[in-house]
This record gives sequence, structure tokens and C-alpha cells, in this order.
Amino acid sequence: MRPSSACLLNILVPVKRAVDYAVKIRVNPQQTGIDLNVKHSMNPFDEIAVEEAVRLRERLKEKVKSIKVVTIGPAKSAETLRTALAMGADSAIHIEIPDSAPSPEPLGVAKALRAVIDRQSEDVDLVILGKQAIDDDSGQTGQMLAGLMGWAQATFASKLEIDTEKKVANVTREIDGGLEVLRCKLPLIVTTDLRLNEPRYASLPNIMKAKKKPIEKLSAEDLGVDLRPRLETLKVTEPPKRVGGGKVDTVDELVAKLAEAGITGVKA
Amino acid sequence: MLRPALRAVKPLRASAVAPRARTFTSTRHVRNEGPSLNSLDTFSDEEQMLRESVQRFATDIVGPKVREMDEKEQMDPTVVKGLFEQGLMGIETSAEHGGAESSFTSAIIAIEELAKVDPSVSVMCDVHNTLVNTIFRKYATKEQQDKWLPQLSENKLGSFCLSESASGSDAFALQTRAKKDGDHWIINGSKMWITNSYEAEIFLIFANIDPSKGYKGITCFVATKDMGIQIAKKEQKLGIRASSTCTLNFDDLKVPAANVIGGEGLGYKLAIEILNEGRIGIAAQMLGLAQGAFNAAVPYTYSRSQFGQPVGTFQGMAFQIAQAAIDIETARLLTYNAARRKEEGKSFTKEAAMAKYWSSVIAQRVSGQAIEWTGGVGFTRETGIEKFWRDSKIGAIYEGTSNIQLQTIAKFIQKEYS
Repeated sequence: MRPSSACLLNILVPVKRAVDYAVKIRVNPQQTGIDLNVKHSMNPFDEIAVEEAVRLRERLKEKVKSIKVVTIGPAKSAETLRTALAMGADSAIHIEIPDSAPSPEPLGVAKALRAVIDRQSEDVDLVILGKQAIDDDSGQTGQMLAGLMGWAQATFASKLEIDTEKKVANVTREIDGGLEVLRCKLPLIVTTDLRLNEPRYASLPNIMKAKKKPIEKLSAEDLGVDLRPRLETLKVTEPPKRVGGGKVDTVDELVAKLAEAGITGVKA
Repeated sequence: MLRPALRAVKPLRASAVAPRARTFTSTRHVRNEGPSLNSLDTFSDEEQMLRESVQRFATDIVGPKVREMDEKEQMDPTVVKGLFEQGLMGIETSAEHGGAESSFTSAIIAIEELAKVDPSVSVMCDVHNTLVNTIFRKYATKEQQDKWLPQLSENKLGSFCLSESASGSDAFALQTRAKKDGDHWIINGSKMWITNSYEAEIFLIFANIDPSKGYKGITCFVATKDMGIQIAKKEQKLGIRASSTCTLNFDDLKVPAANVIGGEGLGYKLAIEILNEGRIGIAAQMLGLAQGAFNAAVPYTYSRSQFGQPVGTFQGMAFQIAQAAIDIETARLLTYNAARRKEEGKSFTKEAAMAKYWSSVIAQRVSGQAIEWTGGVGFTRETGIEKFWRDSKIGAIYEGTSNIQLQTIAKFIQKEYS
């Protein structure tokens, strides 16, 4: 691959339109999924990704050449792109699928993103994705994309620093044991964790400016990608209702109750 | 507050639509074959995005501060700053002057969404946008606009000073005088009930330059705080306590002649026209208040159970809740239709008066019910539900009392039917 022009970053941020985090979700009567007739908004981790791209530009200034956002979804997903444009992205790509089409799976999304990256006239240096979408919680797209592209990946990022001269990034990752800092060469895939930043509200002047920013429309055929699902959801049910607990007065009583409940390893 | 206009304000341009057909859309949606006919809750994409953005801002940034601001009767400076940063203080102002160049309806949406969380913050945004900014946009010279609008868009809060202790509804009986002195005017007098005055830096002051001409001597001046405006008594109020309401004193206040806005002796005209628009803003504030109270109380009624069922599901309660929802919907339609009529250049004085009057009525009703639906919990200050009721009372009073609105509407009807 021809390296991108010295020191200028092209950033790609894929975003997903998902059920809003504040919605009280209900399983649909057919038990095939949840009721989707509710408020949708940009996946919160994707908002953090867009915010990080915009902050990189605020920190690195002209060294960030372009911030492009992309989404795969029905017509309504364009709203999500416009929100990203209002937050500070420069342009957008909408890979439109029919309203009736099933939601694409991570592998399909990753393949589509690879096709989008290959199509770009200028090389993409950094792809920032949300670590997972709050509807399916798959947490796979970023990693699969890195595998398909053969690029480095740094997931669950809580801090991102880029050295455009040396074309490397220092990424702090949140892992089970604590924090891990990785130095990665560009081009790089980063997935965002909650504490990376706090996304801005789209201010009114930016919402108005976003009107003029371009949204390119593509289809899965244009990209030569098959978005058909490989997985079939058999059943979705609500978790069992919580039954009230009981109060005890002494530690001995507690131990006795635990033993009664069949918790092994507790000697009554 | 204002003596009603002796004749209706002339529409800005003749409507292109035949009298029978009614258009409800924003001009953006007009197709070539003729006006498109949309329901009254049709908004452009930008207007929708603005609504969501302000909603989130209001909930996240303003929400946590509402109680404290009310108890302390003080607007939090970070809230004021936040409004400026979000571009909500120059909604209709041109981009050239640092504004968002959005529609009037966008301003109405922002005012409504803010009021759902805090009507005090909402009125601050409303006065700044629909009264102060609009006066500059419509009546100021290019030089004046270039000088003042960017400041108003960026970080300086504006205040509109018309009322005095002896002139509220009878606004043109104002006593503040301005006397020419070379290339300056010397203003003497006092204003009362002035919103935003504690935090404002830019003041639009109405003074009479020639009392012998009666109201035709009233002139609008722009002054800054550092010219020597004295902020005197800050009122302790029943509601919208965080919104500052002060008495202002002008003691030989020296203002450059270049600061006359809209022409000498034309202040009365400016005031009438501007308060017409401001009326729709207050309607939006009261609408947001009612909706906010409703949103706070109703979910509680579906979770609070007595006698084995959620209280909101008892038929008596359910009927009351339904009626409150109808009240809110009627106020919503009146408010947004008045806003669209204004955008379309149609006459809107009567509709604006109706919207303001009605929104203030239902705001009182719905917020009062919200307290009763939530019982003792609604009566304590902790949940903020009682605050909506206290805040609603001013709706029937400022920017044209309810009686003045009814008089305005009655005059239109008399004209039409006699």
C-alpha cells in the first residue's frame, strides 16, 4: 500500500443507529427479538468514537486531513450520519439497505468497511469504532476488520495519542487487570471504551453547517459485499423476574441459608 | 403590559395561498405544484436535530442545577455559558454575525425544550432571542448590527427594558426621559420587572425623547452596563426564581446618539411588533412547562400503587391525565401554528395572543394537577414538580397579561364580524 502523504491523517469512523440507551426494552410477542418501535439514536460507544476523531483534530489541527463517517442501515440511518456531521465529521457514506433487510452481522459489516476503505482515493490511517453496539453487544466488528485488513488493533481504548511524524499511536487500554499501554504502527484500528471521552452536544451552528456536508450513498452491491446473516436467532426471552430476598440477623444464619440454597463449599 | 394596537399589524407580504387553503409547513417543504399540506407537527431535519440536542443539553447540563438555582434564586453562570456555547443565543442571527441562521420555529423549539427542564432558563433564552436579537436584526442599521449582534451571539446577555413601576400594561405611559445633549442622549428614569437584568451586559431601553408627542416620542436606545446602569432591587418571586428580575435606575445615563435603534420617536412601533413575536416565545415556554410537569408526574402514577393497582390506572385519574394531554396538545398546535404563520409572512397577532393566553392557562392547570397526581411527594420541593406550578403563574402576567391578550383577540373578532 502506498503510504499516505507525510503526517496527514485520514480518519474513518463507522457508526451504528441502535435502540436508544434510555429506552425500556420489551421482547416482541413472537419472541424473535425486541420491540423496535422505539426511539433510536447513535450507539453511545460510536458517539465516543466520533468525539475522539473531532478531538484529535482539535489537538493535531491541520494534521487531521479528513474525518469520514460511515453507516450501514435503512434510510433512517441517515439521521445518525447527520448527527455525526453536526459533531464535526467532514463527510459521510451511507450504505443503504432495505427497511425489511435483517440487521447486518459484524462479519458482514467488517467486510463492507474493508470495501469502503479500499475504495477511498486516499489511504485511511485510522479507523475508530465503538467497542460494541448496545443492541447486540457483539464487540467483534473492530477486531474482525483488523484481521481482514491485516492492520494493528488496540481495543477498549481509554486514551489515544498519535504521533503523526513517526506514524505511531500510543493507546491505553482498559483490561481486566488494569490499564495496558500499547504502541501501534499506523494504519490502526481502535475501538472506544466508555472513559475515552464525553461526547459533545451538537450545537445549533454545527447542526446548520452539517446540512452542507456531503453524504455519499452506496449499496452492498456497489461494494461487492454479501450482507446476508449467517446466524439465526431462535428465541429471545426476558430474564427471569427477580424474586425478593430475605434478611438475616447473624452470620451463622446467613451461612445456614446459603447451605440450604445449595451453595457448596459452605459448611453449615 | 401593552396597550393593544389600534389597528392590526400589517402582514409583511401577501400570502400566496388562497384564503381557504391553509399551509402548515415550513417554507422548506414547498413543492413546485403548490404548497404541501402537512400536519402541524412537521419539522425540518435540522429542527428535529436541534430539538434532540437541546433536550439532551437541558437534561444533562441544566437539570442537575435546577433545584439549587431555584432555592438560591440565582442563575448559574455555567448554564448561561452553556447556552452560548450551544449556539442557542443567536438562533435566528445570521452566520455573518455569529449566529446559527435558523428558523423562528427553531427558536421556539429551543425555548420549549429548555422549559421542560427549567422555565427560568427558558425565559432567559426567549427574551435574548425573540426580543433583544430580533430588535437588532429587524430595526438596527448595518453598523449597529455589525457592532452588537456578534456580541449577543457570542457571550453577552441582553435585556429588554420597557416596563416601569407606573407603566405595565399601559406601556406607553412610561416616564423615563431622554434629553439630547450634543451627540449624546442623557437618560433619566427607572425601569422595573426587567428580566435577565442581573446577568445582562447589553440593555435595550425605551425612553421618551419628547413627552409632548405622547407615545410618538418613545425611542429605543441600546446601552451597556458599564455606561452606568444601576441594578437596584432584585425581586424575590413566587416562581422562575432563578431568572433575575430587577429594578434599574438611570441617573444621567449618557448614551451615544449612534445608539438609537429604529429611529427617533419610533420606539412604540418597534415595541408593539416585537412583543407580538415574543408572545409566541412565552407560549412555547408555558407549553414546555406543562409538558415538563406532565412528564415528571405521569410515570410516577403508573408505578405508585394503592389498593393493589397503579394510581394512574384508576379511571378518575386516567381521565384527568387524558384531559391534561389534550390541554397540552391544544397549546402545542396553537403555538407552532402561530410560529409557522409568522415564518410564512402571514398575519399572526391574533394567533400569537391566543397561543400565549392559552398556554399560560393550561400550564397552570396541568402543573397544578401534576402536584395532586403525585400527592405528598409532589408537594415537597425535592422532586421539582411543585416548581412547575409556581413557575406557571407568571405566564398569565408578563409579556401581555391574559386580559390584554383577550382584549387583542376580541378586537380582531369585532373587526371581522361587525
